[in-house]
Amino acid sequence: MPTLIDNTRPPMPPNSKGKAQARAAVSAAARAKGRGDARGGLYKPREPIYPKLVHGRWRTIKWALLIATLAIYYVTPWIRWARPGDLPRQAVLVDFTGRRFYFFDIQLWPQEVYIFTGLMIMGALALFLVTALFGRLWCGYTCPQTVWTDLYIVVERLFEGDRNARMRLDGQPLSLDKAWRKSGKHLTWLAIAFGTGGAWIFYFHDAPTLIRTFWTGQAPLTAYVSCALLTATTYGFAGWMREQVCTYMCPWPRIQGAMLDEHSLQVTYLRDRGEPRGAHKKNRDWAGRGDCIDCKQCVVVCPMGIDIRDGSQLECINCGLCVDACDEILGKLGRPIGLIAYDTDAAVARRARGQAAVYKPVRARTLYYALALVLVSGLTLWGLLARPKVDLHVIRDRNPIFVRMHDGAVRDGYTLKISNRTFFDQRFVIAFDGVAGVRLGRPGGAADPGVVLAPADQVVSVRVFVTAPADAALAASTPVRFVIASGAARAEAKTVFLSGAENPQ
Amino acid sequence: MSERETDAPTGVETTGHEWDGIKELDNPLPRWWLWIWAACVVFAVGYWVAMPAWPGAHGYTRGLLRASDRVAVTDSLKVLDAQRGASARALRTASLEEIERDPKLSAYAQQVGQSVFGDNCATCHGIGGTGGKGYPNLRDDVWLWGGRLEDIQDTITHGVRTGRPGARLSQMPAFGRDEMLPPATIDDLTEYVVKLSGRPADAAAAARAAPVFAEQCASCHGVAGLGDQTIGAPNLTDRDWLYGPGRADIRGQIYAGNGGVMPTWSGRLSPETLKALAVYVHANAGQ
Repeated sequence: MPTLIDNTRPPMPPNSKGKAQARAAVSAAARAKGRGDARGGLYKPREPIYPKLVHGRWRTIKWALLIATLAIYYVTPWIRWARPGDLPRQAVLVDFTGRRFYFFDIQLWPQEVYIFTGLMIMGALALFLVTALFGRLWCGYTCPQTVWTDLYIVVERLFEGDRNARMRLDGQPLSLDKAWRKSGKHLTWLAIAFGTGGAWIFYFHDAPTLIRTFWTGQAPLTAYVSCALLTATTYGFAGWMREQVCTYMCPWPRIQGAMLDEHSLQVTYLRDRGEPRGAHKKNRDWAGRGDCIDCKQCVVVCPMGIDIRDGSQLECINCGLCVDACDEILGKLGRPIGLIAYDTDAAVARRARGQAAVYKPVRARTLYYALALVLVSGLTLWGLLARPKVDLHVIRDRNPIFVRMHDGAVRDGYTLKISNRTFFDQRFVIAFDGVAGVRLGRPGGAADPGVVLAPADQVVSVRVFVTAPADAALAASTPVRFVIASGAARAEAKTVFLSGAENPQ
Repeated sequence: MSERETDAPTGVETTGHEWDGIKELDNPLPRWWLWIWAACVVFAVGYWVAMPAWPGAHGYTRGLLRASDRVAVTDSLKVLDAQRGASARALRTASLEEIERDPKLSAYAQQVGQSVFGDNCATCHGIGGTGGKGYPNLRDDVWLWGGRLEDIQDTITHGVRTGRPGARLSQMPAFGRDEMLPPATIDDLTEYVVKLSGRPADAAAAARAAPVFAEQCASCHGVAGLGDQTIGAPNLTDRDWLYGPGRADIRGQIYAGNGGVMPTWSGRLSPETLKALAVYVHANAGQ
């Protein structure tokens, strides 16, 4: 039985001193919402957010993931990988000119793009599952927008100090001190943005070559354009727009919102324990009031500028920084930690009614997501492992559909497309199966018409003429097949042999 | 000047025009529009100076940039020639056999040949090269004037029955129309030719025609009817018939002695194109 919990409006404090206190507790996002349309404009002004530095378990995890994800992004294109012949030596390479994708020992051709489709569906389903179980972990910890914004805030803090110093600086008139701090920050931001765009293009070209040609002006135009685009978006998104990207531009908050239910673990203010909230004075008794002392530390550390005590919100990226902030205060107060914690709405509601909390990770939706994920992962893996290394396609000549020779023999023409996806040259023997006594030929009368040399990692196209003797007694259309074989590698393709038997000369 | 009316709600003057009680406000042009217009004017003046613009009594103003589409096309063609250079040069110097044997050059020649064939030859021989009644099939292994590379190149270069020097020439007499043979003999000869190609025929008629064939036909088609590619005489013993395999078709051909004309292509197509065409036709013909 789903429980509807409306946490969107914070309860007025019981000892209501009126507007002043209520206003003070409201988050930046709520204030911005209220100010919308104030001057008749169509857009809400952005409320500047100054997230305060916080320490704790979740912040440590976020630092670790920040370093790990950035390291993966910047280092990956520089990993070398041995491949035979002239093939690129870069472990991960999207080679548009060569029409190949390399990922360590895996090589994909454009025809195998369905593997990417599978990967994307897997990614979506994994997000669904994780969100249904643990809320928007992706948003809070690993989304590039979050990671780069975090990195940019580190730079901001380096130049301008923590929250209070930044707020003070923004309030000051322009001075030499303010100017160097601001310009230093923006220059560092731009450098990081350029590094981001610069790293991106290495995924598409040989990195050691590109890093030279990029500076000598000989790199492809697409490299410069992509680098400029990513520099601009990184600087704009992580430096200027930040939480607005998540709130207004990104579809995920909306989609992920639909994955959540009252049993999803997400950053939750335990109102059953925290209310009624109120200011704390030293040595005051805790009886008759909640653990929340309304210190607003959860609000000032929030990178999204919201008040988690208002309940689950669209803006919340589930990063857990407010958990760390609250735990730190609770520790100083000597109260048990976890007033804000990864918890479920259902558990909070049950505790508020005096019942024991119940957690249900196995639910219909998590089961469906897990099943779908297993199914799609299995199919994709199977597709990857079972894909043929050698492929054959046969295109019948349509004009002429057949040619009759002087003695009544009939010749059909076919174009064989042989894809050699291995990394070595292959010598294929062509066999034609379905009509007895045929003779294979190639344009211009090749000496060895039944043999094709397919170079490593290429598609060869060969025209093959099949001549059936006059006494073959053929039907108008005979089902036949071509078989190519090179050692263990083998591929076949079905087609027909047309003889014009019902249209005698 | 008359007094101008001011529209009360907006405080803007009207133009004085009125249509069914609707009046037009005399608002100024939007600034952005005006600026774009001014920029266009400035651009236009610059364009006149830089580019060909004004017609004059003797030609036109050429502009400072000396831009010319004609020159641009010529330059593009030069670039194209340069790109094709290596393969085209190889076509010029290599022999037909060398072209056909070299896989790269052969592929290039066949690409060129296919495209040229589609533009010039397909009209009669068909896009698949299988011809039709009176137009030889180029995909089979039957040749009137020879099927070796040089034979094909020669036929394409000089043509057939064009009256130009070097053109292939053969003439089948019109035995019936020119009253060289009586109709009954032509009927007998038809049976003889049917019998030559290994099909059931009237033995008595064929026997009657045997001396006539030896006297009138064997000089070109040979005693056994095997034809002669040096003089373009078709083989009468195979199953390929340029003007049709039926008795009426054969009789008609003895009666009227039709012969098609194939254009002389030298002078119209470059020598290397002719070579490519010969290689293309040869490569796709029956072996």
